[in-house]
Amino acid sequence: MPSANVRGAQPSADRRLSTLVRHLLPSSARTATTTTTTSAADSLEAFPTMASPSSVFAGLAQAPEDPILGVTVAYNKDPSPMKVNLGVGAYRTEEGKPLVLNVVRRAEQMLINNPSRVKEYLPITGLADFNKLSAKLIFGAESPAIQENRVATVQCLSGTGSLRVGGEFLARHYHERTIYIPQPTWGNHPKVFTLAGLTVRSYRYYDPATRGLDFQGLLEDLSSAPSGAIVLLHACAHNPTGVDPTLDQWEQIRQLMRSKSLLPFFDSAYQGFASGSLDKDAQSVRMFVADGGELLMAQSYAKNMGLYGERVGALSIVCGSADVAVRVESQLKLVIRPMYSNPPIHGASIVATILKDSAMFDEWTLELKGMADRIISMRQQLFDALKTRETPGDWSHIIKQIGMFTFTGLNSDQVAFMRQEYHIYMTSDGRISMAGLSARTIPHLADAIHAAVTKLK
Amino acid sequence: MMALAVDVSRFEGVPMAPPDPILGVSEAFKADKNDLKLNLGVGAYRTEELQPYVLNVVKKAETLMLEKGENKEYLPIEGLAAFNKATAELLFGADNPVLKQGRVATLQSLSGTGSLRLAAAFIQRYFPEAKVLISSPTWGNHKNIFNDARVPWSEYRYYDPKTVGLDFEGMIADIQAAPDGSFVLLHGCAHNPTGIDPTPEQWEKIADVIQEKKHMPFFDVAYQGFASGSLDEDASSVRLFVERGLEVFVAQSYSKNLGLYAERIGAINVVCSTPEVANRVKSQLKRLARPMYSNPPIHGARIVANVVGDPTMFGEWKQEMEEMAGRIKNVRQKLYDSLSAKDKSGKDWSFILRQIGMFSYTGLNKTQSDNMTDKWHIYMTKDGRISLAGLSLAKCEYLADAIIDSFHNGLGTAK
Repeated sequence: MPSANVRGAQPSADRRLSTLVRHLLPSSARTATTTTTTSAADSLEAFPTMASPSSVFAGLAQAPEDPILGVTVAYNKDPSPMKVNLGVGAYRTEEGKPLVLNVVRRAEQMLINNPSRVKEYLPITGLADFNKLSAKLIFGAESPAIQENRVATVQCLSGTGSLRVGGEFLARHYHERTIYIPQPTWGNHPKVFTLAGLTVRSYRYYDPATRGLDFQGLLEDLSSAPSGAIVLLHACAHNPTGVDPTLDQWEQIRQLMRSKSLLPFFDSAYQGFASGSLDKDAQSVRMFVADGGELLMAQSYAKNMGLYGERVGALSIVCGSADVAVRVESQLKLVIRPMYSNPPIHGASIVATILKDSAMFDEWTLELKGMADRIISMRQQLFDALKTRETPGDWSHIIKQIGMFTFTGLNSDQVAFMRQEYHIYMTSDGRISMAGLSARTIPHLADAIHAAVTKLK
Repeated sequence: MMALAVDVSRFEGVPMAPPDPILGVSEAFKADKNDLKLNLGVGAYRTEELQPYVLNVVKKAETLMLEKGENKEYLPIEGLAAFNKATAELLFGADNPVLKQGRVATLQSLSGTGSLRLAAAFIQRYFPEAKVLISSPTWGNHKNIFNDARVPWSEYRYYDPKTVGLDFEGMIADIQAAPDGSFVLLHGCAHNPTGIDPTPEQWEKIADVIQEKKHMPFFDVAYQGFASGSLDEDASSVRLFVERGLEVFVAQSYSKNLGLYAERIGAINVVCSTPEVANRVKSQLKRLARPMYSNPPIHGARIVANVVGDPTMFGEWKQEMEEMAGRIKNVRQKLYDSLSAKDKSGKDWSFILRQIGMFSYTGLNKTQSDNMTDKWHIYMTKDGRISLAGLSLAKCEYLADAIIDSFHNGLGTAK
């Protein structure tokens, strides 16, 4: 067996300091940029207790900041009072503040004040009540798949965790290792699936000319996918574009996919948050379940219950039979156990508490609708503001798109300009989070967009 | 009109997976209706009344958090800053030069398992030819973690069945024989499953050979404070290695010592030669965490940060931890006393007193362990490991009877 690959030379003791200096420079062999300061290079200390003067990590490059989360990092550093953060997709109130739902606070209070509550390990599959209730929420309580025990549901770490566990499962047990993702899609999707062991390909989705759906392109690309390939679908409120197929288009997609035995893998991060209706936002998924076919479903409560940091989600696999579902669940456990053993209890308990109590459930739907309505209102106001300024271009996509995000159609130069001159922070693909807007900041944003499109092409 | 989908499931060929050997024990225990049943399977602390235990200081912290009414925004990928600071200080000592020099990359992760998995993913990516050496035996999930992360591993001798103690010569020889630059997985204290720890002198010798072979020490610290009752004492092995100026990986868990099992709170720490290296290592660990779960859960991290950050609560925690560790020591003593009194064969049971932590490696084999379950309704893992945390003083005599019977006669009677 060859030795471990310790990169870099093995310096002798008397070259220790110069070696250290050399290792403090960013590695020229890699392309990643160094974003953190290297002030340590200025004041180099010799560490007399150091036995090994060089690091085995010498050749390691600095990874770039995550492009989405990096926007908030940059925003936080900006001292300007005019700054607006339209980067990460977390809901903000009209006052620009994060929101914890009242019903969530109440549920949490109940849990923490419950003297018989314990913190024992959950089963590998997570909190059983939570799993059942989550499946009912997305598939509908009367769903035949649920009645027939054909759904294997495991609690996972929000949407990301659900996608990763599902991806790993497919890489091990499914005959087709290719997953088709829409172009564009959430930046983390390709990384999740690649690390899960799948090959990632894309299908056409967004049409920049119309700022809408490239439906023909979508159908063509899925038609030419190999039989059995996995296809990632955003259940509603496509991220980053906000462009969703119509119900008719969904039906066509369904028929095409079933005719080619393509395996649907739904990502549902916005149920109830997009239109304000839980059932409406689940229609695409339920359409696929209704035909008796199989699918995977990654569910997140980060946005619709505002439980972002609690990391609550679920992976459901709708199987052809109850027997298969049992076996599938057993294999999901083998994926989870060596990853994190069992999922965190707090967020799932909050969700279960709310979903199982009809009064709390109703309260939740009201607060959820409140958030969705505010976003819809922001869309309308931004559209109106651009109209008032007679900003060149067709901005109707702002009110046609749905969900937290708008794909503005701005290019990366315009985005950079808006950051420089107007302190508006968004991802370089021109995606803005409507949730980060308020009546107060819309005029500023509209001014910035107007300036960007008139000054830069 | 809906087109019918598949006739045969795409997953028809998926086989039924075997139950997890450790977590599966609790499931079997639940299903047992016998009054005498005893769960000595999973390592979760129980009170003398055999009830789960939420530390008072944890309840206080949660009440305080409720009053504060903080938001639930995403944490950064690396986790809660206050937690990361607190956890590194707890582990290395607040005054440790490596902290002052900024040489430690710390990421909040999903308890011990999640920390180990992140580190394993990092090893796979940046040290693709390296091997991890794990003790024989070790916690069952270690192998699964490295297998799934596609990191090759091999075993070093550890448990000596003849002495029911440490095979020190074997351990050193195997670490010596491994290729230079291997990763050596070490249990910081309270070795799981055996309960057998090296002495301070032995730790020095282990450090010598690791240093000589330019191996990377990789500590799994799941019981800091829980083993001896002292946070500092239980961290001494880790600190010994760090003191020598070595680069070190350390995975931490707060499942046992703060009773936060289900909150999944821990950290991966990498001590690096320079702060700049630590920054780069941290950035790459983040890059591995993002496609796994994006960012870690807040609740457990806030509990730890609140407890450690407040001197009164910190003092209370230390007190409760001493009590937990103390109860386990008492139970060990009583078990030993019961075994010595009841066993007429003259077998030396003193290894029980020499072992430390939550677990005891009884020396029972699989057939004998099955007898414990089938005949005596005592649930344990098949490697002969019992969790003393699940034992009460009241049950020691019953357990002693069972162990003696299984050891001498264990033929596996059906229920």
